[in-house]
Amino acid sequence: MTQTTDATPRESNPKASRSLRASDARAGLTLISPTLVIVVFMVVLPILWTVVLAFQPLSLLTLASTGLLSTDFTLDNFETVVTEPGFVDSLVTTLLYSVFGTASAIGVGLVAALVVRHSFPGRTFVRAAMLLPYVAPVVAATFVWRTMLDPQFGFVNHWGTRLLGWDEPIAFFTQQSSEISLLGLSISVPTALLSVIAFEAWRSFPFAFLFLMARLQAVPATLEEAARVDGATPTQRFRHILLPQLLPTIAVLSILRFIWTFNSFDDIYLLTGGGAGTEVVSVRVFEFLTARGDIGLASAQALVLAAILAVLVGVYLRRFAPQEEKT
Amino acid sequence: MATDTRQRVEPRQPEARQDRKWSRDEVENRVFGVLRWVVIAGFLLVTLFPFYYMGLLSVRALDEVIQDPGALWVSPAEVELDTYSEVLTSEESGGQGFLDFMRNSGLVAFGTVALTLLVALPGAYAVSRLEFFGRRQISVLFLAVYLFPSILLAVPLFVFFTRIGLRGSLVGLLIVYVSQIVAVSIYMLRNYFDTIPESLEESAALDGCSRLGVMWRISLPLAMPAIVANGLFVFMIAWNEFLFALLFLVEERERWTVSLGLSQLAGSIEIPTTVLMAGSVILTVPIIVIFFASERLLTEGLTAGAEKG
Repeated sequence: MTQTTDATPRESNPKASRSLRASDARAGLTLISPTLVIVVFMVVLPILWTVVLAFQPLSLLTLASTGLLSTDFTLDNFETVVTEPGFVDSLVTTLLYSVFGTASAIGVGLVAALVVRHSFPGRTFVRAAMLLPYVAPVVAATFVWRTMLDPQFGFVNHWGTRLLGWDEPIAFFTQQSSEISLLGLSISVPTALLSVIAFEAWRSFPFAFLFLMARLQAVPATLEEAARVDGATPTQRFRHILLPQLLPTIAVLSILRFIWTFNSFDDIYLLTGGGAGTEVVSVRVFEFLTARGDIGLASAQALVLAAILAVLVGVYLRRFAPQEEKT
Repeated sequence: MATDTRQRVEPRQPEARQDRKWSRDEVENRVFGVLRWVVIAGFLLVTLFPFYYMGLLSVRALDEVIQDPGALWVSPAEVELDTYSEVLTSEESGGQGFLDFMRNSGLVAFGTVALTLLVALPGAYAVSRLEFFGRRQISVLFLAVYLFPSILLAVPLFVFFTRIGLRGSLVGLLIVYVSQIVAVSIYMLRNYFDTIPESLEESAALDGCSRLGVMWRISLPLAMPAIVANGLFVFMIAWNEFLFALLFLVEERERWTVSLGLSQLAGSIEIPTTVLMAGSVILTVPIIVIFFASERLLTEGLTAGAEKG
């Protein structure tokens, strides 16, 4: 082990080292090139092409006759996207869904990570069970949820009307809003939106749980032991010892989950089809593309989605990134 | 500092203890001791029940489900397995054709695993081991790709594959999957390559092994656990995927994947829910089996490097 390829040859024989490094560079580029080709052709160029498409009047019907690289540019698509009824609503829905979906997924994940932190019999099984919602196929999960919450033969409504005293079955995924009387006050609740947020929390909390648990395991036991000796109660130990240790992980999780929830399409499309006040922007893009066959409009809408996301993430990073570095 | 410590020690002093029967520490310890088990039980119920319900409904008779939707148990005598035969047999024979869907899903998933590993392994090795121009930028590019809305990518790919006539083919779908997964795959594999000591490879190189020989004889065998975990991870993503399958294959029923088939049939009124539940079980079971068989490998592969950052 006296010879390390990096340092020793450079001193003794500069020429050999240069050629070795040159060959490393060549080998590196050769090995990475298949990935690069796939990513560039299947991801980078299509994204750039979306920008071009967004400025073109292009529909699926005329696709065969028009060339893929037409020079007919227009701003109409963006104008339509912004003025089309429902644009602001779907944006607000997307934001609400992302913020509350992210917050509840991380909150639930944190609780889950804390309760299985110390070993107990059956811990491995409990941990694996808690990861199930995340790995299960989204189509199967949404189908079971829809069946469970079905107003006619759903399990939840059956027992809800009998045990919990609901006046009538709740159409969780098809009812836009419902009145709930609480202490004599009648509050309007967005039923379907809350239901999809609950589903999002159920499905995504394992992701937060996994990473928070990994972080918890890395917290030195001596820290907590010292606090315990000093008489800190469990809540105090959590607040002053564990939480500061977890905050950087929570910050990263928040941004990742927010981005993914903001972009997500599957869950809402499968649960409500975008109806009952749950139309998020990606479902809208899908409708523009398939139902209307308007490629230009769909591209413009998708770009607007990406742009808003980029701005939000940029603002978040600018506000919170410096603090993260300090901790 | 000294006064600070004394203040915090105070509640533990004996006289303070005798004053109050229940210190805050004791109360919290007892409450959380009980609460912990309640919460664990709650989590188990919430995460497992939907899957239990799925299995339960798949073996109950439809009219009984409608009569008594709240039943949580089915006696062994009432178990009906007709749903499974109906969902599996082909459409011509009066079933739903899930066997064909499974074959399609299997083809796409295995193909995606093979192709992704073929592309990602050399790539991950290069990013981990070799100094080449643009190495850092490439990692950033891959990461950025992962954060883009997939619906944004769906539009141009939909148009492009329609135009070249590959939409509706499993090959087109496979290529899209590989392009979507390869970045994450490289990230996971690179983390593992980083943990293999370079000295092992160096000694092989000194013994006269070429770069390729080192990769093949030393690095690959050492990285096997990570490769297996990564393969399973890719399989699960490809098997579960929905959006691109929907966009590409929806018009060609004989090429539907299980996910797509279930989602399309779930909308129709003619097909009993119990039959579709059998379809859900068929869709979910392979994933659960793979997951429980490889849980440790997978979670470690996913969170490797998370502690570093």
